[in-house]
Amino acid sequence: MKPAPFEYHAPDSLEQALGLMNEYAGEAKILAGGQSLVPAMNFRIVQPGVLIDLNRVQELSYIRQEGNVMRVGAMARERDLEFDSAIADRTPLLAEAMPFIAHPQIRNRGTIGGSLVNADPAAELPVLMLALSARLKAKSASGERWIDAQDFFAGMFTTALAPDEILVEIELPFMAPRTGWSFMEVAPRAGDYALMGVAALVTFDENGKCQTAKLVYLNAGDGPVDAKEAAGMLAGEMLNDTSIESAAAVASEKEITPFGNVHTSPEFQRHLANVLTGKALKQAIQRAGERP
Amino acid sequence: MTQSISITITVNEKEYKREVEPRLLLSDFLRHELGLTGTHVGCEHGVCGACTILLEGESVRACLLFAVQADGHQITTVEGLAKDKDDLHPLQQSFWDAHGLQCGYCTPGILMTLIPFLKQNPNPTEDDIRHALSGNLCRCTGYQHIVDAVRLAAERLR
Repeated sequence: MKPAPFEYHAPDSLEQALGLMNEYAGEAKILAGGQSLVPAMNFRIVQPGVLIDLNRVQELSYIRQEGNVMRVGAMARERDLEFDSAIADRTPLLAEAMPFIAHPQIRNRGTIGGSLVNADPAAELPVLMLALSARLKAKSASGERWIDAQDFFAGMFTTALAPDEILVEIELPFMAPRTGWSFMEVAPRAGDYALMGVAALVTFDENGKCQTAKLVYLNAGDGPVDAKEAAGMLAGEMLNDTSIESAAAVASEKEITPFGNVHTSPEFQRHLANVLTGKALKQAIQRAGERP
Repeated sequence: MTQSISITITVNEKEYKREVEPRLLLSDFLRHELGLTGTHVGCEHGVCGACTILLEGESVRACLLFAVQADGHQITTVEGLAKDKDDLHPLQQSFWDAHGLQCGYCTPGILMTLIPFLKQNPNPTEDDIRHALSGNLCRCTGYQHIVDAVRLAAERLR
């Protein structure tokens, strides 16, 4: 098995990379971690004429705190996010979910930017970006712009990026005080694609009432699915088993549109979403109490 | 027109210089260009783990890297573990002693997965071990003897 021939460029600065993207727009693919692109190239499902390898662009591999946000370079490796103490402290939802992404060997190479641009509906990172209300910075030779995570994913394996744009940075607001989190998924084996997964966030006010909630699902549609109606039902409420069950029912029966696959029917995915939502919300609520 | 790129890669502490086509996978480079056939090729899309090697000390899939990407880097393959055939690495010796392999096809990838794992987890539980092995497929053993071998190795390496 061999990829089709391509022209290879390995720029060592972002500026050079942007110049190449401008020159080869439409023809070029960015090579980030390569953990999804290279398999697709090995199968010849993808045959880019030009490959622009960002692995020598050092300036895109950072994880740092700035004011009230985490700034993560698009080439930061998944394994670095997994073990970063500031990520664990400021955005614990992200830290908790990282080990669910494939295997350590994959996370050693895989990058946050690569996974987001790949926009696989079954991937964890797009879901986490929506849950955490991330902003994504795209750059081209002619300028830069910020895209909200909810506007970035434009369907199956499709994003809002223009052909000459490179995703360069991810901005993650710190999780608010009195916020609890949970990430849960069901996969046939550790590291496999999950049949269903959910990221849950709940933020309480000082009187113990739910201020805001987020429920975002993977493998539940043609992109990460933000169950806004279910989450909206929780806001403004004192949460109990009944409100949790109602939200889980709305999200799993109404808001997600799972397709099923060789391992599962859509009905079973809906069942999983229902059960996972209940469990995740309970865990998130408990954790919110531990995080003043 | 085929692009040819000159690369220098250090494999098992020995430096190699070659001219390669960009599409050459690192797994094929190791096997065909350097004759290091210990790195096995299974699925060639990152699922089976047979081609796992160390890139700068970290376990990675050699089938998901192009050889040109390893230019200037240090690589360790299974051939780099034992000093010679009578002086195996403690991890290899443990696989031998605990019958941690049958056909052996998956073994090099499993060993290269476990080298950094045992460095980071010198005292792993069975659960930790099974989780660490989840990215490597073995179709013979049922994994039980592999888990036993890892436990033995952890004990010997502590």
